[in-house]
Amino acid sequence: MRLEIIVVAIILIFAGLFLYVSGNTDAEFGGADGEAEGVIEELTGGTYEPIADPLWEPPSGEIESLLFGLQIALGAIIIGYFFGYYMGRNQSG
Amino acid sequence: MHIMEGFLPGPWWQIWFALSIPVIVYGIYKLNRLVKENREILPLLAVAGAFIFVLSALKLPSVTGSCSHPTGTGLAAILFGPAITAVLGTIVLLYQALFLAHGGLTTLGANVFSMGIVGPVVAYTIYKVGMKMNLNFYLVVFLAATLGDWATYVVTSLELALAFPADPGGVMGSFKAFATIFAVTQVPLAIIEGAITALIFKYIIQVRSDMLTRLNVLSDAAISKIKGAIS
Repeated sequence: MRLEIIVVAIILIFAGLFLYVSGNTDAEFGGADGEAEGVIEELTGGTYEPIADPLWEPPSGEIESLLFGLQIALGAIIIGYFFGYYMGRNQSG
Repeated sequence: MHIMEGFLPGPWWQIWFALSIPVIVYGIYKLNRLVKENREILPLLAVAGAFIFVLSALKLPSVTGSCSHPTGTGLAAILFGPAITAVLGTIVLLYQALFLAHGGLTTLGANVFSMGIVGPVVAYTIYKVGMKMNLNFYLVVFLAATLGDWATYVVTSLELALAFPADPGGVMGSFKAFATIFAVTQVPLAIIEGAITALIFKYIIQVRSDMLTRLNVLSDAAISKIKGAIS
């Protein structure tokens, strides 16, 4: 259990820091990649044109979060399935 | 966060592809051999891939006031080595580039190089060295996954800095600017990734410790020592 307690403590500290930052600054919590785009614009004086565009873009933020959620769900199902399978097998055999 | 589509001009995107492709090819070869020799390994491989899937979709807020996501590659790197991890990372990066407009096809080479290759190499190396030094197993896993995650974003910053040197300041000047965004934002997220990876390893030891000996991740003696410590 000791490891679980440490991990939960780390996550709680992380959540606390987030609450502190979001409560005390006007941080927007945008993506780091978007900020990098801003730096590129600054470095090149706004002259940089991306050499390619995404083939397909999620039409809205909602659809994008759906697809991210789907990615998480798929992964989590696989992880849970195998851990559950092995745990059950260990217990019955 | 990966480098966005179109944001690496030539010759840089080609250079990163040239460096990444041989590793991916070698990884596919190793993957085939591993699965052929040992079909029982497949579920663990699926779990390692799924772990990258989950963690790289979690966009978390950082103390810098912006968001980024962990990589999840430390687990696979410790279990299967960097080359196979490069293949798993490529699959995830392709999914995100095609369906989420996150990352991109022209920047795929650079993103595979940072997330699929350098991060896993760092994680793998730290794991091997840490275990040689006889440090606590979970501490070693934590350090390996944390620093592997962080190295990924240091390399991302470097890739962008090389393509967009500052004037004045050169590559070092723009590296500082990009690292302020990527590497600093990543510090707390990397720590979270390290902690969760250590926890996953605890459960793998509980349910399938035989796999870890077969993959040469841990010796029998080391496993019984760890099991003795938690029970």
